[in-house]
Amino acid sequence: MIKSQRRVFAPIALAAGVSLSALALATPSHAEDTIKIGVIAEAQAVAGSSIPQAAQLAADEINAAGGVNGKKIEIFTYDDHSKAPEAVLAFQRAVNQDHVNAVIASYISEVVLALEPWTGRLKTVMVTPGAASDVITQNIAKDYDNLKYTFHGYSTSTSIADATCDAAKDLLVGQLHMKSAVVMSEDAAWTTPLDAEYLNCLPKIGINVVDHIRVSPDTTDFTPIFNKIEGEKPDVIITGISHVGVQPTVQWKQQEVPIPMFGVSSQATNSSFWNDTTGAVEGVLYQAFSGPGVAVTPKTLPFVTAFNKRYGNNPSYCGYTAYDEVYYIADAIKRAGSTDSDKLVDALEKTNWTGTVGQIQFKGKDSPNPHALKIGPTTISGLMLQWQDGKQVNLWPTNVANGKLKFPAFIKLGSAN
Amino acid sequence: MGAVFWQILIDGFAISSLYALGATGFALIFGVSGVLNLSHGALMVAAVVAAWAAGDQLHAGPYAGAAIGIAIGFGASLLTYFMVVRPLQQSRKIREEEKEIFILTATLLWGVMIQELIAYLYTDNAKTVSPIVQGVVMIAGVRTPTNEIFTAIVCWLVIAVLWLLVNRTRAGKAVLAASMNPRGVTLLGTELSQIYIAVWAIYGLLVGIAGVLLGMFLGVSSYSVGPLTASAFSIVVLGGLGSVSGALIAAYVVGYLETITAYLISPAYRTIPALLLLVAVMYVRPRGLLGRR
Repeated sequence: MIKSQRRVFAPIALAAGVSLSALALATPSHAEDTIKIGVIAEAQAVAGSSIPQAAQLAADEINAAGGVNGKKIEIFTYDDHSKAPEAVLAFQRAVNQDHVNAVIASYISEVVLALEPWTGRLKTVMVTPGAASDVITQNIAKDYDNLKYTFHGYSTSTSIADATCDAAKDLLVGQLHMKSAVVMSEDAAWTTPLDAEYLNCLPKIGINVVDHIRVSPDTTDFTPIFNKIEGEKPDVIITGISHVGVQPTVQWKQQEVPIPMFGVSSQATNSSFWNDTTGAVEGVLYQAFSGPGVAVTPKTLPFVTAFNKRYGNNPSYCGYTAYDEVYYIADAIKRAGSTDSDKLVDALEKTNWTGTVGQIQFKGKDSPNPHALKIGPTTISGLMLQWQDGKQVNLWPTNVANGKLKFPAFIKLGSAN
Repeated sequence: MGAVFWQILIDGFAISSLYALGATGFALIFGVSGVLNLSHGALMVAAVVAAWAAGDQLHAGPYAGAAIGIAIGFGASLLTYFMVVRPLQQSRKIREEEKEIFILTATLLWGVMIQELIAYLYTDNAKTVSPIVQGVVMIAGVRTPTNEIFTAIVCWLVIAVLWLLVNRTRAGKAVLAASMNPRGVTLLGTELSQIYIAVWAIYGLLVGIAGVLLGMFLGVSSYSVGPLTASAFSIVVLGGLGSVSGALIAAYVVGYLETITAYLISPAYRTIPALLLLVAVMYVRPRGLLGRR
């Protein structure tokens, strides 16, 4: 038996040896010729797959226009399966072996929080296109000298909750006269500050929060949760879901829960979500910073068109931000005149870039959230969209709205009153 | 309280029936061939994804989608037998007493391969299959999706057909005999490998049907592979390894225990009491509720 095992293993060992030496030959260090950006994201998830695709699209556009300071941008992608240990290994490999100048990493807060200390240890700039936890930037405030290499290229959870409340004030209170809500969020790092801010800002706009439910991310049967919520008779369910999405949405429709869902539902931002839920998402309202057909800035629609033409679907929410990130990293390198990490940090802090989601500016060193995106009417305001007949229709803010509120028949508005 | 009681009764029945169907095939395979098929969850997820891809992505409709899902479950089961299990069973290089652990490991790895393939081709986001029957009905004041009732009825029809097949046909009786005494059946002139093929074929149909129903009821993702195998495994261990009727009873115990926990304590702790019960059974009655070994 030992003999037969040896027979099996010898060729494998040989093959491994050959491919390793081939790898060594294939990666000569010519760090001077190109600007290298590492992209770490889960390619098997709908949200994550847009990140390397959008980054590559941006790099190709920049290269076609002559590159940065005469150098081409080269994208290195790593699949971390959204697991922190794999992401850390990918980050180390990107910096130590592939010699990247900056990294765009993950939309999962837990993963970004694990990478954050490594940005300081390896002195390499990292920008996240989709993680939301406020802790990422709170850490920078506590240890600026070490963690200044981390930039939060997506809105913090607190800002997302505020943007949701702003939209709720106009749509739910102003138009539908709603008075009560149940907050339903998945149990994850990003929803802790989100829920805290929901519980703070909803009462301020006149919506009483009757219950706050945190759902385990591995929940498959949402029936008991929806039943409990229905028993409490709220006017609306305010959501904070991202890792879960298909199952609560499909079961909400199958059980004909008569209460609308409104809030953050990250998977609903992707155009494939209609098919993923076989249309059950009809009537769901979700917060986003971009949407198909919504010209947030002059750059938004050309990006969506180019992405769709190349990949056959619309970008997920972190596709927009990843695309912008490649551009403003390139812009910062141009302004810094160097790829030196400390100079790059200084240049990124002065970013004032018109992106696809709004005007990109970072909060300064003295803010409680250094390197967080500035959110507001003059920078990034956010949108509120609703799925209607297979399309994502923007309802808020009114100056970029392209539709009106509409619900499926099983929704009983105001049944609670 | 009254409303919650009916709610638990109805929801618990639907999910338990589904568990029963899934675990029956698993128990049958073990009873007849001594194989613990740890790729069980992966085969079920493969059936769901196939039904979803055909019915909802390629717009073949719910019936055609369900048929394709069942066909894939069936095919994947036979593939598992011929590619993974049979070569090990017949291998002369592996000692007889080691074969069980080899097959256990091989089916586990096979399951991981299927899981990764599905995640690679179709992402790891959850998939749900459009139900054949839509809408809701009121039962004792509980708004119940018609699909839940449909699920329970189909599960019991299939289990009834299986019971008739095993107890009322010649081929079925041979299968039953093989599960009691494999050597005896061979002495009577029935080829054991024929019986294995028949059992894996039946198992494939059961996995396909259970998978498609699960896809219509709750939906699955490639992450569900592990939990699905684990739930079938614990139901079968609880019921007594190799006992199909034990598995049926255990499926209802586990299904109701989970539903009661989800409603009265918290959905987050859903699976914990059933696992504690399993540990307790291991201590007090290691052969399970109706186990023979």
